Order: sequence, then structure tokens, then C-alpha cells
Amino acid sequence: MALLVVEDLHKRYGKEEVLRGVSFVLERGETKVIIGPSGTGKSTLLRCINRLTEPDRGRIWLNGVEVTSPRTNIYKIRAQIGFVFQDFNLFTHLTALDNVRLGLIRVKGMGKREATERAMRELERVGLGDKADAYPAQLSGGQQQRVSIARALAMDPKLILFDEPTSALDPELIGEVLQVMIELAEGGMTMLVVTHEMGFARSVADEIIFMEKGVIVEQGPPEVLFTNPRVPRTAEFLRKITEFYGESG
Amino acid sequence: MTAVDWQNLVQGIPSLLRGLLVNLEILFGLIALGFAVGILIALIQVYSPRPLSALAVGYEWFFRGVPEMVLLMLIYFGLRQFRVGITPFIAAVIALGLRSSAYQSQIFRGAIQAVGRRQMMAALSVGMTRLQAIRHVILPQALRLSIPPWSNEFSSVLKDTTLASAIGVIEVFKKARFIMGRNYALALPIFMVVALFFLFLTYAGNWALGALERRYRIPGFEAKGAGERF
Repeated sequence: MALLVVEDLHKRYGKEEVLRGVSFVLERGETKVIIGPSGTGKSTLLRCINRLTEPDRGRIWLNGVEVTSPRTNIYKIRAQIGFVFQDFNLFTHLTALDNVRLGLIRVKGMGKREATERAMRELERVGLGDKADAYPAQLSGGQQQRVSIARALAMDPKLILFDEPTSALDPELIGEVLQVMIELAEGGMTMLVVTHEMGFARSVADEIIFMEKGVIVEQGPPEVLFTNPRVPRTAEFLRKITEFYGESG
Repeated sequence: MTAVDWQNLVQGIPSLLRGLLVNLEILFGLIALGFAVGILIALIQVYSPRPLSALAVGYEWFFRGVPEMVLLMLIYFGLRQFRVGITPFIAAVIALGLRSSAYQSQIFRGAIQAVGRRQMMAALSVGMTRLQAIRHVILPQALRLSIPPWSNEFSSVLKDTTLASAIGVIEVFKKARFIMGRNYALALPIFMVVALFFLFLTYAGNWALGALERRYRIPGFEAKGAGERF
């Protein structure tokens, strides 16, 4: 059974139909990368998966549990899905440690000492054990994003959603975040990543999903999509984005 | 001023201070009421669906729109008309407290909106409920942002406590008028003393709020803290 099943997802904002029937499957341990021009519903898709945005139509299952069912406890589902935002969204009034610890204590009901140990382990895993007492405003963008990854990891997620995790970063800080993500993928984490980092997509993704105007245009393994795409539009987009962003990362 | 006037003035001061104590009691009561109701109204306005939030907007409109003196009369004499036993002191706390809650609600609403939806989204994404997110993520930040505008409201309600005299509360203003009534030569000095009391309390209160702001300043945002020069 697939870990995540998304079936015929629709979402409209006013007159604009942002998602027009998106379906795909994510297996356990798989990393899929979603690419596509901006405004094609990639972020909306991620937010629909843990219902931070309510989809209008379509169904989602996580580990066999229907996320979109009104009877499902959505808070329990969200606790199992990590979310890494483009602009980090760390809790600004809390230290790095407390950012990671808050969910453990308030959502998982963990004791303070156990939560502290766990949070420290995750901070060390992203290379920030020495920044536990720093506040977000005292950290660089790359460090903030790594704390937010630690915050997601601490909850033992079945799946992590990344919404353009490096788009708000200075170029020299992108590498440290991608490095953490590569290690996660190699460690067997299930990940769904919206990104423009083609180097990352090419080397880490098991499959690439190309989205445009609210639908999936084409999906397949990176070697197929990059060298021999079925749809001409895919080739055109990949050529443009590779020229613009390069293949680094 | 004659020696007798001076003597009357000095003798009047303990009585004034006892009156001032009543003002402080009203102040604490009305601030506590205004704070609790103000936060509630702000949360309803920001997070509640339409019917409830419209009600909160109506509440805020009423208590910001009716003059304080009229509110005092409405609550004190109004309740008495319905044979609700209410002391002038309690009526003053309620009337001034509800008025303040409407003003405070807008301070808190602005602060909550300044914290932003993305903090709420981040809190929800780790599995917190909306109430948990409000309690542990939104309010701790919003309350910090509220301190500077809130110090305005504090300074304002501090002085408004003298309005309670209008429904018969024996507080500092009423006491000063008693003293003046007995010796008109004291009219100017006695109200100067009252003015000094309030100047001191405004200073002390704002100093304490500044200290609170510095105490809870978020590191990394130092330049935005109280008492900083740009």
C-alpha cells in the first residue's frame, strides 16, 4: 500500500481554478520532486495534503487513512506530516530548541526532559547543536531553515512536505539546506519537494512531477524527464529552468 | 496663602491619598476586565466566523461610541432601575472596564494580525489545534507587540477613574472638591496636588511597562525595543 495517495484534487480561489484534478502516489521511502512555473498550484497542492488549505474536491489517503474524510482527526494527521515552508516560519519568540520542542510537548504530550533530549538530537542532526539557545532572528536563513527541518523531524513524520525550501535563501546558504535534505532522502525519509533546484531533483528524486496550470503534465524518473520527455512542454520548461538556475546544488 | 491655608492643605493630603487608593482599585479592576474581554473580542474578530465576529464588531462600536459619562449613568442608574443592587464602585469598574475592553480589543487585534497567518499555519502544521496555536504561538508574540499601544490606553484609563466621582464614588477628585469646598483658597493648590499624583502614576506605570517590554524583548529584535534610539 502506498504511503500517500492523492486522487483527483481540485481547488479554486474565486474564479481561478488552481488545482484541476491532480492525482499521484508516493511510496514509502520515496522522494518526489514537483517542478513547474510559478502560479501552477504546487504550493496549494502541498497545503491541501495536510489540509492547511481545504481542497474543494478529491481524496487523499495517508497510510490508508483518508485525510479528506470529515471523520478523520486532522490534527493527528498533521502531526505525522512534516511541513517545511519557503520562509521558514519559525516561531519568532522561541529559541531554536523551543521551536523544535513545542510540538513534542504540546502535541505529543512528551515530558520536558525527554522532549529536550529529542529536540537536541534533531538539532545536532541538522548541524545546529550549538545554536539551541539562539532565537530565529539571530540565525542566518540557512540555519533557520535547518531548524525548521529539525522541527519537522522531531515529530517522527511519516512524510515531509517541502515548499520551495531554498527559494528564500542567499545562494551561498542553499547548499547547507540541500545537504540536510539529501541526507534525509538517503536515510529513507519519504519526501515531497517543490523546488527549482534541478541538480537536487536530478540526483535525489526517484521521480519528478511536472505541473502546469493546475494539472500534472508529465511525471517520471529524472533520467527520462531530463533526457527524453514525452511532452514538448516539459522539455521546454526544463531547458529554461536549467539555464536560469544552473545545475548546482 | 496664609498659614492656615497651608495647614489645611497638608492636613488634606492623607485624605487625598485615601481617595487615590480608590482610583487605583478602580484602575486595577477596569484594566483586568478590559484586558480579559478585550482579548476575547479581538480573538473573535480575527478568528471567528461571520455571525459571532459581527457581534464582536457591534460590541466594539457600542462601547467606543458612547461617552464614558453616559456609560457610567447607564450602568449605575440603569441597573438600579431594574432593582439590581450595585455599588457605585462596581458600576464604575464595569462601565470603564467595558469601555476599555473595546479600545484594548483593537490594540490586540492589530497585534494578532501583525503576528500573521503564517505563524498560525506553522503551528497547525506540527499538529497543534487552533486554541493551542493561539495560546502558545500567537498570543505570546501579540502581547509583546501590544505593550507600546497598550501604554496609551493605560495612561488614558488611569485618568478616567476620576469620572467615577460622577456616580458618587468617593475618590481623589471628589475628595479634592470637598477640601476646596471648605476653603476656596485651596482650589488651585489642591488640584495641583491631584495633578501631581496623576503625573507620578502615569510616569510609574509607563516606566513599568517599559521594563516589561525590555524584559520580554525577543533577542535579535533589539533595535525595536523600548527606549532604543534609531
